[in-house]
Amino acid sequence: MNKRIFEIPEEDILGKGHMACIGCGVPLAMKFMLKGLGRKTILVVPACCNSVIDGTYPFSASGVPLVHVPIAAGAAVSSGIRAGLDMIGDIETTVVTWAGDGGTYDIGFQALSGASERDENIIYVCYDNEAYMNTGIHRSSASPFLAWTTTTPLSSLKNVPKKNIDFIMAEHKIPYIATASIAFPEDFIKKFVTAKNIRGMRFIHILIPCQAGWKTNPSKTVKIARLAVQTGIFPLYEIKSGKITLNYNEKDIPIEEYFKLQGRFRHLKKKDIINIQKDVDRNWKKIIKLTKVV
Amino acid sequence: MEISVKEEKINNQQSLLLEGTYAVAYAVKLCRVKVITVYPITPSSAIAERLAEMVGDEELDAKYIKVESEHSAMASLIGASHVGVRTFTATSSHGLAYMHETLHWASGARLPIVMSNTNRSLGSPWSILAEQTDSLSQRDTGWIQFYCESNQEIFDTLIQAYRIAEQVYIPAMVNMDAFFSTHVLENIVIPSQEMVDSYLPEFEPQIKIDLNKPSAFGGVAPGDSYFEFKYKMEEDMLKAVDVAVKADNEFEEIFGRRYGIINCYLCEDAETILVMTCTAAGTGRVVIDNMRKKGKKVGLMKIRLFRPFPSEAIINVLKNKMKIAVIDRNISRGVGGIFAQEIRAAFYNTKYHPPIFGFIAGLGGRDITPEQIEKALNYTIESDYPDREAYWLDVDV
Repeated sequence: MNKRIFEIPEEDILGKGHMACIGCGVPLAMKFMLKGLGRKTILVVPACCNSVIDGTYPFSASGVPLVHVPIAAGAAVSSGIRAGLDMIGDIETTVVTWAGDGGTYDIGFQALSGASERDENIIYVCYDNEAYMNTGIHRSSASPFLAWTTTTPLSSLKNVPKKNIDFIMAEHKIPYIATASIAFPEDFIKKFVTAKNIRGMRFIHILIPCQAGWKTNPSKTVKIARLAVQTGIFPLYEIKSGKITLNYNEKDIPIEEYFKLQGRFRHLKKKDIINIQKDVDRNWKKIIKLTKVV
Repeated sequence: MEISVKEEKINNQQSLLLEGTYAVAYAVKLCRVKVITVYPITPSSAIAERLAEMVGDEELDAKYIKVESEHSAMASLIGASHVGVRTFTATSSHGLAYMHETLHWASGARLPIVMSNTNRSLGSPWSILAEQTDSLSQRDTGWIQFYCESNQEIFDTLIQAYRIAEQVYIPAMVNMDAFFSTHVLENIVIPSQEMVDSYLPEFEPQIKIDLNKPSAFGGVAPGDSYFEFKYKMEEDMLKAVDVAVKADNEFEEIFGRRYGIINCYLCEDAETILVMTCTAAGTGRVVIDNMRKKGKKVGLMKIRLFRPFPSEAIINVLKNKMKIAVIDRNISRGVGGIFAQEIRAAFYNTKYHPPIFGFIAGLGGRDITPEQIEKALNYTIESDYPDREAYWLDVDV
């Protein structure tokens, strides 16, 4: 008989009635995260899709206390909640900032960097759908090279690469960083359980396909999320006290398989794909090399 | 100054020679604030420094978050206040401007955060000296605003600010002059912890984050409720005038000092009233004394509470006066001094219409001298009607 090493709670904390688009991956991610963290969790949500997904007043679907805040304030509000909890003697409750890529990579980055430098005892989650999807599919610094968005139309496509937020966070010397995917629920939940049991600043980056913004079939959200990992575009790894570990070691699918399911890359030429493939390969090698650094 | 003092109360209190910034820090300590976040900015920085010592030396049991910006300073307090603990930050000028959206959020979320602001000019060009345009440009953020004259008034007003804010669930800002208050030593009467505790009970908000009753705070309010939320806020903001009067009276009962939401000097028989705020009001009183000696019937009204605007109290004092002269150390470019505009607006729907003369003085920390004040008063007395535009005192162009 297999020894059970990891148990996923059957109970869903995320309730019914959320307002996500059909085929949105965000509620899946929220559901998995809350399975890992449990009910003693407080969410801080800077302006992002989840500001709408949770429901309008007086409804809330999250099942745990949730504080909506301005877009640049995510990490700072969590810092304050943590301080307040500490002062009333609650050291158990986990405080989580749940922010989109714009609220993380761009406008919220100062607060995130500050909270990381201070090693605030919070979990910061960036659920990354690679653009300001809630406002109308606008380019962020998480948007990929040559991706279509409404502010990088075909006549002026994004001509610079996506920031490497995870390595930027690693340079803050925080105790825990992980990437996670809704297509790998066990790995996903395990990472939140790990994060919950570490003190200090923890950063978890989730890539979530957005059918509306990526121009994809809503029934393919999980498949596309899986392909992002399998192609090496979004490798799954953890950085614990500076040591990087790959959690999914295969990279055997060409990126074209990932791109061809997405309307936002429909205009890519053969040579664009070849160049991007080279970049992805280089990055993969870099990570492999780093996993061998003792 | 017409501040009543009960000697027996004073005897229970200790006296210290403190700059305005330190007066703030001592008040914060006695208010048992639990979460402090301060981003340094001249001339407010000594507040951050003294509080860091107090927390470091365990004189004050609080968490002090050393944030990377004023935006995060206010954002962190928004977080802490949702948990239901008493919070404080201090800022000035560009720092306050940088907080702008979070000021709206704090008041909208009904969080009784208290902050001190040292009134400092805004660039460009750079100036670190006194001017009130920073906090007055935050007048529509839904914060209670006080303007203080002496270091004792700063100290006492901070304690009152918590009492008021926590009764009406509206954040409060205590303003003082850059340098004229922040860097000037004055003898401050410091009450005992027991006295402050008896005035300011532990903060127990009606609604706060509760893990057993998970709910969302500040989520999208559709058209059927946003309007009503705003109405309730306005209702409570208007109530805050009476709450502030009551808090001042209760303060006097325990500490022996009161200030009034406005403060009048020789106003009763005066024909012309000078309106001023903060430290310059002290100079104003000297000018009133001198002009009285010359037989001129002048008086001074200091405005201490600016938001909510104490229209009724102001109208009651000014309604039957011949003329009003308002000296503003601030400007809303295109209309003139902000206090003058507010007083004009307060009178518009009344049957009283005293001519209100607006003067601009002391921007960028320039001294507001007795000569300037006298010039303003004489101009007011000698002119039949005010000019449409504000009169700039001693502008060298």
